[in-house]
Amino acid sequence: MENKKKWFQLDLGLNNKQAASETCGCGKTEGGCGLDSVKPKNQYSITAEEFDAAVERELMEDTAVGQTKKDGFQQVFDVRMDRRTAFRKLTASLLVGAGAIHTSCSVTAGEEAKEKAQIDWEEQFKGNYKLMTKEEKQATVDRLVRSYQLRKKKNIKMSSTDALEDVLFGYAFNISKCQGYMNCVSACVEENNQDRNSQMQYIRIHEMKDGQGFKFHEADDNYYHEVPAEGHFYMGTQCFHCDNPPCVNVCPVQATWREEDGLVVIDYDWCIGCRYCMAACPYDGRRFNWSKPEVLEEEVNKNQHYLGNRMRKKGVMEKCTFCVQRSRSGQDPACVEACPTGARIFGNLLDSNSTIRWVLENKQVFRLKEDLGTEPKFWYFMD
Amino acid sequence: MRTLRVFGNMLRDSFGYVTYGSRTYHIWMIFLTIVMLLGMYCYSIQLEQGLSATGMTDRVSWGLYISNFTFLVGVAAAAVMLVMPTYILHDIDFKQAVLLGEGLAVAALVMCLAFIIADMGGPWVVWHMIPGIGVFNFPNSMLTWDVIVLNGYLFINFSIPLYILYCHYQGKEAKHEVYVPGSILSVFWAVGIHLVTAFLYEGLQARPFWNNALLGPRFLASAFAAGPALIILVLALIRKFTDFSIADKTIKKIALIVTVAAQINLIMLVSELFKEFYAPTHHSESAFYLYFGMDGKTALLPWIWTAIPLNVFATVMLTFHRFRNNFKVLYFCCFILFIAIWIEKGFGLIVPGFIPGPYGKIAEYTPTWIEIWVTLGIWAMGAFVFTILAKAAIGIELGELRYKKKEVLEPENV
Repeated sequence: MENKKKWFQLDLGLNNKQAASETCGCGKTEGGCGLDSVKPKNQYSITAEEFDAAVERELMEDTAVGQTKKDGFQQVFDVRMDRRTAFRKLTASLLVGAGAIHTSCSVTAGEEAKEKAQIDWEEQFKGNYKLMTKEEKQATVDRLVRSYQLRKKKNIKMSSTDALEDVLFGYAFNISKCQGYMNCVSACVEENNQDRNSQMQYIRIHEMKDGQGFKFHEADDNYYHEVPAEGHFYMGTQCFHCDNPPCVNVCPVQATWREEDGLVVIDYDWCIGCRYCMAACPYDGRRFNWSKPEVLEEEVNKNQHYLGNRMRKKGVMEKCTFCVQRSRSGQDPACVEACPTGARIFGNLLDSNSTIRWVLENKQVFRLKEDLGTEPKFWYFMD
Repeated sequence: MRTLRVFGNMLRDSFGYVTYGSRTYHIWMIFLTIVMLLGMYCYSIQLEQGLSATGMTDRVSWGLYISNFTFLVGVAAAAVMLVMPTYILHDIDFKQAVLLGEGLAVAALVMCLAFIIADMGGPWVVWHMIPGIGVFNFPNSMLTWDVIVLNGYLFINFSIPLYILYCHYQGKEAKHEVYVPGSILSVFWAVGIHLVTAFLYEGLQARPFWNNALLGPRFLASAFAAGPALIILVLALIRKFTDFSIADKTIKKIALIVTVAAQINLIMLVSELFKEFYAPTHHSESAFYLYFGMDGKTALLPWIWTAIPLNVFATVMLTFHRFRNNFKVLYFCCFILFIAIWIEKGFGLIVPGFIPGPYGKIAEYTPTWIEIWVTLGIWAMGAFVFTILAKAAIGIELGELRYKKKEVLEPENV
């Protein structure tokens, strides 16, 4: 049963005792105490005296055998841990302890409420995703899936797939083809679960006048008329996934970084919301959740990635991830798939047979604000 | 142990001393408390709603909070202008003023930290930034440098006056060799905090308005004008309301510092304006927006065209000895200079950095009432902190607060 658990649960050493006595560490048998909320229902009860006797017996055994078996306290305190783990465990135990007292005194708190509380504490004190081991990554993903299940009674699929070897994603935009239909924008919003209230959009389509070159400051990036408009051409911008991203350097907590496959991603749970990255981005690629983001339950895209389109919270940054949940499983990003004109091309820059490589080798391509040394992996070209 | 006992006594006595005072003093403190409570109420609304309660948007993502933060770092740094002559050049005149200057630095730093917290999207995960526990992106992020220098400066400016007052509280002279090294460090540190804060903006190639080598030096010049100007005003108030004697000579010397810094600041302003407007490039658009507006968007014009004349007028007035040495004129000039630099370095610096946006979009920023009240609340908190620190310091300096005489006379303490 322990092995099947979908989420990580803090081990205070009490489960050890439980194996011997089949009861929770607090001695309560009904309703649970919050520390051990998933115990089996068919258990036998023991009295407090019996429990104490059992504990004493075990302690005696330990001294007699010369401590061949570590007891609960030793298991917790005799392990090597760095400061971060230590802090996390200490704080978590304090808070879980406080929560345990609260829930065990409460007659209304159900098992689910306790589980939710447990998950919330674990989530609050987890580390930076970038520095997590594979197991820790899986654990947090499991917690988030379970949390969604408890709250919304719906199942989501969340992946924590890492970057694949020999992959470097790149993007090309054909200015001659784009007609400004904005299918890419709506596909992006639906795919990436962006806040519907504030109408957050990662992609901006700039409508420019023919014959005047790229005059972004005179362009309209918020039009509502029929397209293509006479005498205009269109140019899309989004996060360019720079190879030398200024936003990554400035983040005080390394909540944003460049992955091995070139994607610049954010750990939404590690972000502190200082918005320094937003000031540092020369391409208007980043968005902030000024309020709690809201998406109607039936509109939520349930195929998610931890670094991609999972649900965000208020006060954190987000941005285009080249649809990491799709691109890492071999699909094109939603904007590429939705584009009716074929203006958008996405692929692996390290694959010499990819379309993107063909474009880079056979078209006259350029990038925006190259003088800033950001090395975007987003090229523009014309037929 | 004895140290702790004396220290405990000092805290207890000080607490008694600061909670006792004239009617004016009580009204002042009650007023500050009410403003602080209003600010806290507005902050609670902001916490509940998220930062959408402010006027900031994806287009202009820093506003009133960061503006005030930037300005107050300058005020904090200015304490050095008093520390240097007093502790290092042994200019006795400043000795009374310096404790107050450092108190002002502490209050300003407390406000700075409060503004940063107020601006954060997730204040509940601020521990992510604590070195050792969270992840501290040092030395890559200038923000982590700023965290180090601000907290270090807070520590220095808190500990030096504390040590001196602790000695005076027992009727002893503070030992030179203990606090002078700290004071020398704080001189460099003060330049550091303001330069690092300037680098925070200067290092962003995305914002041409900030990405400008003059930004750091100009920060220093304006800080050394606005900070001591505030100190003069505070000294004037203290002279009026307490028995603490501050020599005319002290105020005149600080006035000289203000004047020189304001003059240098003006020269740099001219240089900046020349560069932006003689041969305007694409990068001058923010300056155009700031001074003349763009596409009919003119939200900053009233601000900047208040600041520039006030700045020029105050600097010219202060330049003439006759006006500067007339205290009434001096106080007035210091006041308008302070306001002018607050506008120039707050609103006039932060907001145009985002306008026009990376693709030339001009979206304006207007703070909401929530934002304004949180800001006022933080300023009230700063004033509250300073009043308490200053009152306790003055009490000790005047000898009204003393450790029990008997123990002072014990041989081990002499």
